[in-house]
Amino acid sequence: MISIAERINGMFKDVREAIKNKDPKVIRELAIKQTEAGASYLDVNVGTATADPVSAMKWLIEVIQDTVKTPIAIDSQKFDVVKAGLSVIKNDVLINSAKGDPEELDKYMTVAKEYNASLICLTMDKCGIPQDVEKRMEFAMRIVEKAVEHDFELSKIFIDPVLFPINVDQKQPALMFDIFNQIKMISDPPPHRNVGLSNFSQGTKEKKLLARTFLIMGIPYGLDAAVMDVLDKDLMDAAITAEVIMNQYLYSDSYLTACRK
Amino acid sequence: MEIPNVADKWSGGVCEITIGATRDKGGSRQKTVTIGGSRCIPFMDFEGNPGGKPLVAMDVHDVPPEDWPETLKKPFADVLNDPAKWAKKCVEEYGADIICLKLDGIHPDKGNKNADDAVKTVKSVLAAVGVPLIIWGCEDDEKDNEVMPKVSQAAKGENCLIGVVSQDNYKTLTVTCLADGHSIITMAPVDINIGKQVNILVSEMDFPLNRIVMFQSTGALGYGMEYTYSIQERERLAALTGDKMMSMPVICDVGHEAWRTKEAKSEDSEVPQWGTREERGPMWEAITAISLLQSGVDIIRMNHPKAVAAVKKCIDRLYS
Repeated sequence: MISIAERINGMFKDVREAIKNKDPKVIRELAIKQTEAGASYLDVNVGTATADPVSAMKWLIEVIQDTVKTPIAIDSQKFDVVKAGLSVIKNDVLINSAKGDPEELDKYMTVAKEYNASLICLTMDKCGIPQDVEKRMEFAMRIVEKAVEHDFELSKIFIDPVLFPINVDQKQPALMFDIFNQIKMISDPPPHRNVGLSNFSQGTKEKKLLARTFLIMGIPYGLDAAVMDVLDKDLMDAAITAEVIMNQYLYSDSYLTACRK
Repeated sequence: MEIPNVADKWSGGVCEITIGATRDKGGSRQKTVTIGGSRCIPFMDFEGNPGGKPLVAMDVHDVPPEDWPETLKKPFADVLNDPAKWAKKCVEEYGADIICLKLDGIHPDKGNKNADDAVKTVKSVLAAVGVPLIIWGCEDDEKDNEVMPKVSQAAKGENCLIGVVSQDNYKTLTVTCLADGHSIITMAPVDINIGKQVNILVSEMDFPLNRIVMFQSTGALGYGMEYTYSIQERERLAALTGDKMMSMPVICDVGHEAWRTKEAKSEDSEVPQWGTREERGPMWEAITAISLLQSGVDIIRMNHPKAVAAVKKCIDRLYS
């Protein structure tokens, strides 16, 4: 499972305060805690904490890189913020995210290639999010075509079919499994299949249980990446266990210890 | 017709391990060997780096082996009582890449020699040859835990490969090898899940993954070789797909197993239709070794010089 740790986000109060006061302590702690919990990437999102998101993004990335070596996922809808983040990156990096409009994909793939970055692409465009499997797969095809056109490594593309919160549209989550399956067969090697897991269960009373159950259900269909709460140990252990059950890792009595590393 | 490219791309590989230490590295070996490093299915170098050549370790026993048939004793007849001379002969006459010193004599049922005897033997072999050393205990947990730490200490700095540790007995030897700078052999009896488990247990004691060699116990041709083969094949595939806890090089004990078989041992008069024992035995050993090589093996323990020569020739051909 490629786990993109969500906690360094200006939407959270402690992070928002830290950005405002340029106080690195909270950020360092979150970087270390999420790394120790097994994060593959640390998502960095400045949220609405500041009027100057460009310098806030650079500052956050510098503080994190000073603390841990974990690769960073630059999370912003603003292209200039993404570019500013890329300019200070030292290790591997993931861009979160580009929409599926052709011109947007061109723009993001060009800059991602320049920095050897991986890229999350959403199956949506400026007109909105499709409601069905077929439209989402059209976007997925377009993303793969664009990647081929740009000579972009498909193993560095993450396709995100945009998972709705369960309390917004309950028909949507069940469609995802078919989509993961289809994306897996779209090319060889296929792009990764990513979702925003906490977004799916936000505002519900059983937030953790819903996120965990969706993840476990998605893994057999090919879900292999998620923006998620890596500090939720049950969630991380469930993901590892589901992957062992699917024979993606060799079982041993201490498989949890081994995979947590 | 265009032939499709079926080469696989692998995300992982086998760790590289150097055994032996020269004078400038704190040891006294004249040469070291590096095994592992493969990033492809064995001998399919069009998929990736094939890594180091598999090496042949020749067995030397601390006491003359009781169960060896005449065919096997003959090439060593003048040295069976002297492990140092035996090791020298293996290296100088028979081309052993490594010496595997098997401390059978410390086993409670096979002589029950003490730690001082074992240390003396180890030192004499280290002095006699310049190649790296594997030191293999008697596989009696209690006795190994008593003797092997002293042996390890006596060879401190030589970067030997010492074994074996198992799921139920790993702590003493792991701590010792860590302290004395040796690499270690983890053993699981034809069980891939336990194999991984031992690696995890040893690594949890802060033992570096790139100083571990795996041993799955070996079956000879006709005696379970296919079980060993399929497990080693799965181990190699796990390493290539990025499982760090299975990314260690592999060692096989071919000599001992092949020479226990009736096909290798039986007298010519008992089975005249099988051909002469002089040919049969080495052939049984060589075929077992060459077959297992295809599954992904980095060190093969062997006995008969004829079999050693055949296997080394085969490895060279596959690697040229």
